Amino acid sequence: MKLKKNLALSDSGFVFDPSTGDSFSTNPIGLEIIRMLKEGKNANDIKNHVTKTYMTDDASFEKDYYDFVNMLTKHNLVEGGEKEKN
Amino acid sequence: MSAKKLQYERPVIQKLNVGLMNKFGTRTEYTPLTHIDGNSVKDLLGKFGSPLFVISERTLRRTFREANRSFKTRYPKVQFAWSYKTNYMNAVCNAFHQEGSWAEVVSGFEYQKALNNGVPGNKIIFNGPDKTEAELKVAIANNSMIHIDHLDELYLIKEIAVESNKKPRVAIRVNMDTGVYPMWDRFGFNYENGQAWDAINKIMLNDKMELVGLHSHIGTFMLTPSAYGMAASKLSHLALEIKKKYKKNIQYIDMGGGFASKNTLKGSYLQGIDASPTFDQFAESICTAILNAGFTETDLPLLILETGRALIDESGYLLGTVVSNKRLSDGRRATILDFGVNILFTSFWYDHKISPAQEFSQYTEDAVLYGPLCMNIDVIRENITLPPLKRDDHVVVHSVGAYNMTQWMQFIALRPAIVMIDMEGNSHIIRKRETLDSIEKDEIVPKYLKDFKL
Ligand SMILES: Cc1ncc(COP(=O)(O)O)c(C=O)c1O
Repeated sequence: MKLKKNLALSDSGFVFDPSTGDSFSTNPIGLEIIRMLKEGKNANDIKNHVTKTYMTDDASFEKDYYDFVNMLTKHNLVEGGEKEKN
Repeated sequence: MSAKKLQYERPVIQKLNVGLMNKFGTRTEYTPLTHIDGNSVKDLLGKFGSPLFVISERTLRRTFREANRSFKTRYPKVQFAWSYKTNYMNAVCNAFHQEGSWAEVVSGFEYQKALNNGVPGNKIIFNGPDKTEAELKVAIANNSMIHIDHLDELYLIKEIAVESNKKPRVAIRVNMDTGVYPMWDRFGFNYENGQAWDAINKIMLNDKMELVGLHSHIGTFMLTPSAYGMAASKLSHLALEIKKKYKKNIQYIDMGGGFASKNTLKGSYLQGIDASPTFDQFAESICTAILNAGFTETDLPLLILETGRALIDESGYLLGTVVSNKRLSDGRRATILDFGVNILFTSFWYDHKISPAQEFSQYTEDAVLYGPLCMNIDVIRENITLPPLKRDDHVVVHSVGAYNMTQWMQFIALRPAIVMIDMEGNSHIIRKRETLDSIEKDEIVPKYLKDFKL
């Protein structure tokens, strides 16, 4: 799963996709995940980081993570738009 | 051990529509409501179970006093009568009776409730199209005000009066054109076509009954105060005609209920808080009409109001818990709550304001809120902007005090407890959570159906 390369992110959670002109707003944890995805981290890296930093557990986060990734795909923020595993 | 972990919030991302204000996403809507009159929502749910209805006695009394003041500062003789069907929890009724309200009932069942609560018979207004002979006899014996809905009832009361040698105190319900449609013309006698005047003559020309009042109830959730002014003028005109023809003063004019509460009707662009007129506006319209109708000062009738929803809606809250989150096939977020339309009947009419009961960041999502029933119609809000909620988070539905605690259904699930928070902030159970036994105690299984083998 690869995010579009040229997405612009701001610290306040503003996401801009120059290829479509769409903009989005995400919360701090969403922004962290998007940054990690841009750095090429995989689902496991992200899960480890989040469960270490936040008060949540593997099972709850995994559910939320896949939901979030689905939304990224739906919003056309994923390279090629294809749905990959992980 | 590692350092203290941070509070977790579900990751969300939402597309921004440039130039389009999100009409649902007003900040006030998702400001958390963590406490009601000093009681934490979390503690209330922990103590009394989820879901839970909560009534703020403070809001109830404040609202009543505000309405009372609006009318009493404009008119010398004002009397409220609590509309039992709007919320007949006895604790609620008694709070209104303590504030000085009489009782307005529309069935024998409600009539008995008012009597049991200690309302004197002559302070009970008996409305409605279906009063049985037995119920009428009791009401006549108690000297209650009987509001006649149709001619069959008028003749029945006359018969009972002859038999019992008591002179029933009656009023007629009048329906009329007030410029608001649909017109509620199925109740009472019509003004414009002369039915009302005809019924008045039938009562006045017969000395078996005493015509004490004139009544109208022009509709419910009315947003136009001027309609009440028109209704008050028409009833005043009838009262003055009676005075002219029979030299008799009508004791009261009863304007019924129907003032809109601060809820938002489905499909309305304006939020209820902006769209609904104030008590002052309704009072101004009604009182001006009666004062200008042509009564002499001593002949001014008592003004009775049967206001229901506008007096109790805002005092009521429904507290509940998130069961699950889902994503619908079109990508929308769906949140399932532990209460449905079975106990929140008014979600068919209103876009209820719903707040999370815990603090959140400023991030939000558009969502559909569903109840837990296995039915497609179980939708609490079709479109709402809320912070990301997770399982076991709590929500608070606002302004649910009117009609839910009387029209709720025992369907699929048991009905929740109702708690009243008193003026000092103490919570009191005023109706216990139902049990299997409360539902089955009136059931009878025939003997031959008691046993089976599987
Ligand atoms: C005769 C009568 N009075 C009073 C009411 C209370 O109305 P509301 O709750 O709209 O004020 C009703 C309700 O429909 C009614 O039928």
